[in-house]
Amino acid sequence: MSDNLDALSRALPRLLDGLLITLELSAGGALLAFVVAVGLGLMARLDNILLRGIARTVIEFFRGTSLLVQLFFLFFVLPLPPMNIELPAVVVGVLGLGLNYGAYGAEVVRGSINAVPAGQWEAATALSLSPAQRLRRVIFPQAWALMIPSLNNLLIQLIKGTAVVYLITIVDLTAVFNDLRQETRDVFFTYSLALVVYFAIAYAFSGLMTLLERRAKHRLGQSGRAVGARGAIA
Amino acid sequence: MIDNSPWNWDHVWAALPDMLRTFVTVTLLVTIIGSVIAAVLGLLLELLRRSVPRPVAGVLTFVMNFIRMTPLVVQLLFIYFAFTSIDPLIIGIVVFGVHYATFMAEVYRAGIDSVPPGQWEASTALSMSPGRTWAAVIVPQAVRATAPALGNYVISMFKETPFLATIAVIDMLGAAQAYGGSHFRYIEVITVAGVLFLIASYPTSLLVNRLEKRLAFA
Repeated sequence: MSDNLDALSRALPRLLDGLLITLELSAGGALLAFVVAVGLGLMARLDNILLRGIARTVIEFFRGTSLLVQLFFLFFVLPLPPMNIELPAVVVGVLGLGLNYGAYGAEVVRGSINAVPAGQWEAATALSLSPAQRLRRVIFPQAWALMIPSLNNLLIQLIKGTAVVYLITIVDLTAVFNDLRQETRDVFFTYSLALVVYFAIAYAFSGLMTLLERRAKHRLGQSGRAVGARGAIA
Repeated sequence: MIDNSPWNWDHVWAALPDMLRTFVTVTLLVTIIGSVIAAVLGLLLELLRRSVPRPVAGVLTFVMNFIRMTPLVVQLLFIYFAFTSIDPLIIGIVVFGVHYATFMAEVYRAGIDSVPPGQWEASTALSMSPGRTWAAVIVPQAVRATAPALGNYVISMFKETPFLATIAVIDMLGAAQAYGGSHFRYIEVITVAGVLFLIASYPTSLLVNRLEKRLAFA
């Protein structure tokens, strides 16, 4: 056990680097995913059949092909002759995670906006708000409170998804723990620790989302207690 | 020999047999057996959680949340290196099954909670035993309500099968990557892998959506 702790303290700087990469991928991926989700989610509700068609195609494409396929495409295919676009691996990771989970999020955004009662739209129109004002000041704040629990689930999925990026040569937390396993030769110790660290990250991010949910509900005048992440992911 | 053409069908035909073979022997196999394990174990876990004393149920819930909130990849690595004598494919199937069982248990929980209290009362009034109430009244209704959500998890499990690459199981994407690496041509094989995933998962998700709508208005 003390050997393990020695190895752990030697590996600590590398572990912190790996942790930083995993946090960067989680935060960057989540941010991009949110932008993609809102963009595509709003686009998928438009009356214009062309724009709606594009949004649907993009959503189904990124939802239907696997995350790892998308990462491999960005990482292995783009740099080769026809495309010749070489991106740093971490950028590939953020792009892949953001696009994949953004497409899932788009369905959440679309569903939540649809779930806002029709009377709210009518009332906003009756107050002669412009379409943009209507969405920004009346509809979206209500939809936002509805979508947070599902987005929270997706965020946890995204954080868990970051653990595959070591397959495209990124030295993230999992990669460093793999090295630590080789140094300590103690599988149980190493991966138990890895799981605990990932759990703590997911828990912290999820706690943040619960705070956001409470605030969103408070602003709507619903003081009911926020419901944490549980249950279904679309 | 560097091939500069943007797309060469020869690579598709050369890699396809191997990809289709691994698609059936690994990707589908893990998805199907993993789903069965997840669906059965998930239900058992949820029933267990409801029948044990509170503190035990609390511990069980914590363990399940822990499995749910930690990466499948790390769990695969953990079990793979802890049991080196077991076939990695079997490890993959079991880890996928257990990981998704914790998600499906949550679905069952919601499903069981959604069964109206009148059903319990009616069963009591008919003096059915608790076991009979569960088996003949509650579970059939709960499972019916949860079918779409379970279907969605089967689809996400299917799309996570490439994670098996971390424990040296060559699935369809692994076969594609191996071909790409040895021929310096990735575009055809990775694209075909994506298309195969899309062909399999998109119709299934449409089916699940329709099921969802039908059950919602039933």
